Amino acid sequence: MYRNEESEPLDLGDAASISEFELEASGSRGANYAVERARPGLPSTSAKRLAKGLGWFSIGLGLAELLAPRAIASISGVSNKHTGLIRLYGLREIAAGVTICAQEKPTEGVWSRVIGDVLDLTSLGIAASNPEAKLGRVAFATANVLAVTALDVICAMQLSSGSNHGIHAQGTCIVNLPPEEVYSFWRNFQNLPRFMRHLDSVVDMGDGRSRWKAKGPAGMEVEWDATIIADVPNEVITWRSLEGSDVDNAGAVRFQRATGGRGTIIKVNIEYNPIGGVLGATVAKLFGEEPEQQLDDDLRRFKQVMEVGEVVVSDATLLGTGYMAQRPGQPASSQELESAEMLPSETATNYGSEGRYTER
Amino acid sequence: MRANCWYGKTSVSVEEVPDPQILNQRDAIVKISSTAICGSDLHLYNGFIPTMQKGDILGHEFMGEVVEVGREVTNLSVGDRVVVPFPIACGSCFFCKEQLFSLCENTNPNAWMAEKAFGHAGAGIFGYSHLTGGYAGGQAEYARVPFADVNPIKVPEYLSDEQVLFLSDIFPTGYMGAEMCDITPGDTIAIWGCGPVGQFSIRSAFLLGAERVIAIDQVPERLQMAEEGGAETINYEEQNVYEALMEMTGGRGPDACIDDVGMEAHAPGLIFAYDRVKQAMMLETDRPHALREAIMCCRNGGIISVIGVYGGFIDKFPIGSVMQRGLTIKTGQAHVQKYMKPLLQMIENGDIDPTFVVTHRMSLDDAPKAYDMFKNKKDNCIKVVLKPDWNGNGSVKDDSYTVVH
Repeated sequence: MYRNEESEPLDLGDAASISEFELEASGSRGANYAVERARPGLPSTSAKRLAKGLGWFSIGLGLAELLAPRAIASISGVSNKHTGLIRLYGLREIAAGVTICAQEKPTEGVWSRVIGDVLDLTSLGIAASNPEAKLGRVAFATANVLAVTALDVICAMQLSSGSNHGIHAQGTCIVNLPPEEVYSFWRNFQNLPRFMRHLDSVVDMGDGRSRWKAKGPAGMEVEWDATIIADVPNEVITWRSLEGSDVDNAGAVRFQRATGGRGTIIKVNIEYNPIGGVLGATVAKLFGEEPEQQLDDDLRRFKQVMEVGEVVVSDATLLGTGYMAQRPGQPASSQELESAEMLPSETATNYGSEGRYTER
Repeated sequence: MRANCWYGKTSVSVEEVPDPQILNQRDAIVKISSTAICGSDLHLYNGFIPTMQKGDILGHEFMGEVVEVGREVTNLSVGDRVVVPFPIACGSCFFCKEQLFSLCENTNPNAWMAEKAFGHAGAGIFGYSHLTGGYAGGQAEYARVPFADVNPIKVPEYLSDEQVLFLSDIFPTGYMGAEMCDITPGDTIAIWGCGPVGQFSIRSAFLLGAERVIAIDQVPERLQMAEEGGAETINYEEQNVYEALMEMTGGRGPDACIDDVGMEAHAPGLIFAYDRVKQAMMLETDRPHALREAIMCCRNGGIISVIGVYGGFIDKFPIGSVMQRGLTIKTGQAHVQKYMKPLLQMIENGDIDPTFVVTHRMSLDDAPKAYDMFKNKKDNCIKVVLKPDWNGNGSVKDDSYTVVH
């Protein structure tokens, strides 16, 4: 499958761009479907929600530092001669927390937390050189501060980047059917979980709205409502998640008649704010969850479902097609089949004993 | 069930594994009556094909009886006797509609691996590494056959297993090798490699109207079998192939050349050592001696038909000779499904009896011994047929199954 590594602006469409889509569809194929305009970007609810969490954390920690500086000193393994300084840091935390919770878009508040983190780390460094310090506890406290610092930096960066573009993935495939059939299968969103591995269900709520349920990282259940922004039959569908989604996302799928009536070229662009931000996405990549690869795999299964009516599985790919998921090319036991995620649901219950033909 | 599994370089073992089950509604389960070891299995056995995993069941030449079918398989019934083609085709993609079945776009679930290696993926293949899909192979008691409504061909009861088994691969492969030569009456065809596929290329070339076939190998019993098929022969250990071919064709060269050897070519002298060292050092993956020689020998404007298996990269490829002399190179894994019916008809007509190629019949349980024998050409071994029921309760139909020699 062809994949363009360069991410191009994702046009989600509005009245103006729909007419451009129509122009494209009727006119030359020279220009790219995605019109070169500023991306409208994603609703930034997930970064804001993370910021709110950090705000409340600030207030909690600040109160503890202000009211129980000795306990904090003991937990952190530092000398309890510095209770004054700890109380001062407590006030700083509370101020940052209140700022974050009060702001609609708390970019400054979260950056102030980052500065605070640097102060905390410096102080811990100085404390560690004090002979009275308990080094194990100081190290533990430092690790905790470092973890929070990472979250603060990611959140602040997400809030700062004005465009708030998340992960972008782009994929394409060609299906040996006319655009009318391919479009109407896709437009019926209930069909999408048949080939999109991470989707559990899509329910059409009417009025261009739909409710999506998906598997997130580490088995998390995530859910969002989406609305169709542009829908030109047999040519393009674009959608965007609504405020309050677990995963902010937007996407566009375009259908283009291949030359000589040789089927339909499908081009998909999706953009989303990954759960756990950029860090989460990086960790997910380490576990083989690479967005472009996932989209390619989904599109390959889409082609299979369209052309042959089922997702094609081999013995090696029963647990997924990724490198890590490969099992040997030999029949799976009934137990393995139960957990096979690639099988159509109507067959998934049929497994009898694994020695159905031969004695084992 | 018992199945012959791969465990590493020159290591195979017959193990107890779970029976296959219907996973998709277009699947069938086949109880295997006969299965063969292919020359291309030796590339796996010798460790030259990447993406093998311990426990992979080998084998892509098999036939047997349908014992279960999925709901959507309406053209086969339990009890049907079928031969299964080695490439798995979906029947509905662009390439299947064009009858280019081994290039099917839908049957390799590991297409991404093949795309990384080759740019694009071909069809899934039974028992032939994860790069071609990771399907369990047919050197086993049973096999799951996907798209059973498209792939297997029913064969009549009056023909023996060995008459029809090779419709699964080597007969169509050898035939396509010859067909790609666009043979016209009077043509001289040179064929590198007299293994089982080469043997079928020799006979197919004659069936397609070639006047002369010149076969090249170094193994005496293979050269003898080629001569029995009507070919003139060149033993490359004894003669310079280029000089011999030029002498035989008045210096013009053969009209078309078939490479029935592939990636593990042997050759006399330094050039073999050069390629073997580079292959061992992973500087090239394939040893292309036969292909180079075929190009140099072919007449101007002739055709090079490459049906021997290559898997990676070669060097010292004489592109100058190809371009300056207007050669055409045609290649591909055989589109078996396209050839099964017409070739079955030829067998039924008595135009060809494929049993000539079989030298050894053994039990599936003896697969490790059979691989060693085939690889090292022990006991004049050319083609081994394995029978899962060999030591069974007398269920082998044909009582002529005894070891020849």
